[in-house]
Amino acid sequence: MVAFDEMTGMGSELRPAYDALDRWLKEAPPEMLALRRSQAELFFRRIGITFAVYGDEESTERLIPFDIIPRVLTKPEWSKLEKGLRQRVTALNMFLADVYGPKECLKAGIIPPDLVYRNACYQLEMVDFQVPHGIYCHIAGIDIVRVDADTFYVLEDNARTPSGVSYMMENREVMLRLFPELFATHRVAPVDNYPDQLLATLRSVAPRSASADPNICLLTPGQYNSAFYEHSFLADKLGVELVEGSDLLVKDDVVYMRTTQGPKRVDVIYRRIDDEFIDPLVFRGDSVLGVPGIIGAYKAGNVTLANAVGTGVADDKAVYSYMPEIVKFFTGEEPILKNVPTWRCREPEANAYVLDNLEKLVVKEVNGSGGYGMLVGPHANKAQIETFRRKLKAQPEGFIAQPTLALSTCPTFVASGVAPRHVDLRPYVLSGANGISCVPGGLTRVALKEGSLVVNSSQGGGTKDTWVIDA
Amino acid sequence: MRIKISHSITYAYDEPVRQLTQILRLTPRDHDGQHVMSWRIEPNIDGRLRAGQDPYGNIVHTFSADGSISGLSIRVDGVVETIDLAGAVRGALERVPPDVFRRDTLLTTPDEALRDFAVKATQADGAPLAKMHALTEALHDEMSCDRSGKRTGIGAAAAFTAREGIPQDLAHVFMTCARQLGLPARYVSGYVAASDALPLAEGAHAWAEVHLDDYGWIGFDCANGQCPTDTHVRIAAGLDFADAAPVRGARKGGSGENLAVSVTARVAGSQQTNQ
Amino acid sequence: MLSRTADSLYWVSRYVERAEYLARILDATTRLTNLPSSYGGAGTEWQSAVATAGCEDTFAKAYGEANERNVCDFLTFNPDNPSSIRNCFALARSNARAVRTALTSEMWDALNSAWLELQRFEKKRMDREEFARFLDWVKNVSLVFDGSAYRTMLRDDGYWFSRLGMYLERADNTARILDVKYHVLLPENEQVGGSLDYFQWTTMLREVSALTAYHWVYRQAVKPLLIADLLILNRRMPRSLASCYENISRFLDALGDAYGRQGPAQRQARKTLANMSNTHIDSVFQRGLHEFIEDFITENNRLGHTISEQYLQ
Repeated sequence: MVAFDEMTGMGSELRPAYDALDRWLKEAPPEMLALRRSQAELFFRRIGITFAVYGDEESTERLIPFDIIPRVLTKPEWSKLEKGLRQRVTALNMFLADVYGPKECLKAGIIPPDLVYRNACYQLEMVDFQVPHGIYCHIAGIDIVRVDADTFYVLEDNARTPSGVSYMMENREVMLRLFPELFATHRVAPVDNYPDQLLATLRSVAPRSASADPNICLLTPGQYNSAFYEHSFLADKLGVELVEGSDLLVKDDVVYMRTTQGPKRVDVIYRRIDDEFIDPLVFRGDSVLGVPGIIGAYKAGNVTLANAVGTGVADDKAVYSYMPEIVKFFTGEEPILKNVPTWRCREPEANAYVLDNLEKLVVKEVNGSGGYGMLVGPHANKAQIETFRRKLKAQPEGFIAQPTLALSTCPTFVASGVAPRHVDLRPYVLSGANGISCVPGGLTRVALKEGSLVVNSSQGGGTKDTWVIDA
Repeated sequence: MRIKISHSITYAYDEPVRQLTQILRLTPRDHDGQHVMSWRIEPNIDGRLRAGQDPYGNIVHTFSADGSISGLSIRVDGVVETIDLAGAVRGALERVPPDVFRRDTLLTTPDEALRDFAVKATQADGAPLAKMHALTEALHDEMSCDRSGKRTGIGAAAAFTAREGIPQDLAHVFMTCARQLGLPARYVSGYVAASDALPLAEGAHAWAEVHLDDYGWIGFDCANGQCPTDTHVRIAAGLDFADAAPVRGARKGGSGENLAVSVTARVAGSQQTNQ
Repeated sequence: MLSRTADSLYWVSRYVERAEYLARILDATTRLTNLPSSYGGAGTEWQSAVATAGCEDTFAKAYGEANERNVCDFLTFNPDNPSSIRNCFALARSNARAVRTALTSEMWDALNSAWLELQRFEKKRMDREEFARFLDWVKNVSLVFDGSAYRTMLRDDGYWFSRLGMYLERADNTARILDVKYHVLLPENEQVGGSLDYFQWTTMLREVSALTAYHWVYRQAVKPLLIADLLILNRRMPRSLASCYENISRFLDALGDAYGRQGPAQRQARKTLANMSNTHIDSVFQRGLHEFIEDFITENNRLGHTISEQYLQ
């Protein structure tokens, strides 16, 4: 399968966006690139970007590899993407408000009700509860893949606690330090206003009872969480306290943080703890990460949680397959961004096709994440395929399948020199009472292994700086 | 039948607690099969007791207290009038669509053995209602039930492997099987009074309910191998024990929690029962 | 400021200070045992080092015999000893990591690089020379961390809590040295011209890097009474109990002023400081040096608890 290359298209053409970069790459001596790469690594290590990989006891702190060759998008490409992202996130929020409220889309048959009701992420606690300012998904990360010059697909919506935005910012910071000459020849749209936008979004959704200067904090599961670095990075950039569950207490349905000067009221919580663990009195009772009583305070309207509880029902892979219909139903417009064609294995005909074509398809577990419960047919051995065949027969509704996409590639600096590697893109979309915003670009993830399509950092993926340039 | 219930839950702490919150699902609601004549909940220390409802419609009391708390006792007293409806749950407040109760939960995650059992135990009979009766009987025969009240639940798969469990475990096993067969099933906590049919059954109890298209929700009590009768008082229902637990709590500070529970559920006025 | 943040800042400094202290003990003990045997070592120097580090029980369980190899291993890299140098650095770093944003990047750098470097040391084979290099390095980490805090931190509550941790730990450490070696300072044990005691005394001074200071302050031969004076009451000596309390009281007052509220911690620290100001070293010896030090350690621990209750939880 020949993949579209971000620099050379389908063959030997040179796409205009990469004109200057190509010249620079050809002129740059390999030793210089190698040197810059090790400087970048040193920089990341020193600032302590670490990433704990679950189940990997040997190295609880590992660096996510950074590739120094940027991924470039032109302004027109980005404008189209951005329009599509705004539309999609608007629909996600409307969908959430609907399934927790009037349920019009279920009544209209847009999506099978049991797909919502049986979903463990559909939080009953949220039914008929009015979230502050009507916004559920304040921070969304939409995973985009590209298959040709004009086609971008949404691969996945992340509506819970999408991570990676710190890498987007740090990658740019490192590039600016290491390659100032490149920024002189390219007009790259800045991303460093992301924290300001995030702060404005969070302030805009403070409960109406909060003061004009709401107290905002970022709730982390703690330093052993894989994304802890990001939590601390963001708290720092936002200028808000980074709190753990034990730093918060709830009294009479009001949330306070424990400070050296006594309890201080909290109005907005950017929480990076999953629903399940956020309140041991309501969700998992064995959670020590959460805050007992926080859901009570939330439902009393005394604190805003961002994202809202229960957003997971919108990004489940089974619901994903209905997103084009959902977008159309709620916005009344044709979806600007397409979905990857998807077989819903819950439909017998689709499942029959999937079972017949396992070696060609990517099969994903619904309600799974991180690329663990996944079969990449063309790269799987017989045993793996048979395992999934059994699973699919036993519980078809637990899976969806997609064709193996020829994800676009981007020149990447690897051991053998500069070579194409598959990439995706995760832009971050913010929704507040003040509207929707989205910094240009996002996080480009790259599968560093030759031919690999798995970009997840937990599976050996790396990242690149993403440029939106005036072309 | 008139059933008088007394339930006391006592916590003692080796080191005093600074702050505690208890979520109590200890109050029944009326439905066609039961009418609450009187009911009261009383903690023995100062604090804030608020009544509310959870998403399932269960009545929930939240009790919170702070200071230096060395112990806490919660006393529940009440009288409920019941009618035997052969397990049918009619006229109850239903806030959640039945489809929700087809989810697997942490305590009702099936394993291979449970999947097989669910199919085998129910293959003889055609209609869903008959299948559920068959499943109740099969589980009653297959698993032994510990009513000592001294143990905590271990989840459906583990209990089934051990072929033994407390009523909570049996209810979870039953629900897991029912959900495997595509039927919505929920967990119920409540009380059961001693009777001629079930002389040893007195106390806090747990059973399951299954939603059948033709009948609505019907109760099945595997521990006793039958449907709930007028000896059963229904308190709370949910996806599994965690949603319907009589008490959930969180505390700050303190250590060494010692718990003592006593429950009596008696038929009030033996004349009535003998008539 | 979050109580947990203050707590972590406080403990980061305590652990770094403790690591430095352990390195000093090991350094001084190595010197002492290197003396020719005619200078009369009792052969208990290593046992005494463990006692000074305040972990006799855990040591006895893990090793039994106190010799150079066991003690050095126990106090440096042993992962099972909660206050080995390794664990002090590990705990300092993990506390720092949890409140990364409350530290300046210089402070974080000092701790993070120390942790990475420590792992390199851990892999090396340690001969005496390498070991000496290691101890120097540990002391240096503490200097770098302390210097970064001093030069880069905003002078607000974060800084004050960090300093409080350092001075409370330092006071505890100095008091521990005195507690273990108090008998060496008592007049009845003084063997005239006894070389052993002389070296014991200078070892104590070395452990708190006060040998040179001693000569500058007193301008005479090393004498037990003056050693005690230097380590307990002399405010010019940065590791003396009085100097530590002068600082503790100062930083607690800063907190009280900033928060607009005084509490039991302020009152307790002032009282201890006032006691020391009104005491002469002779009367300490008359009342009993041992009792004085024991009382001090108890009081110092109590202040730690009070600070923790007032601010850190």
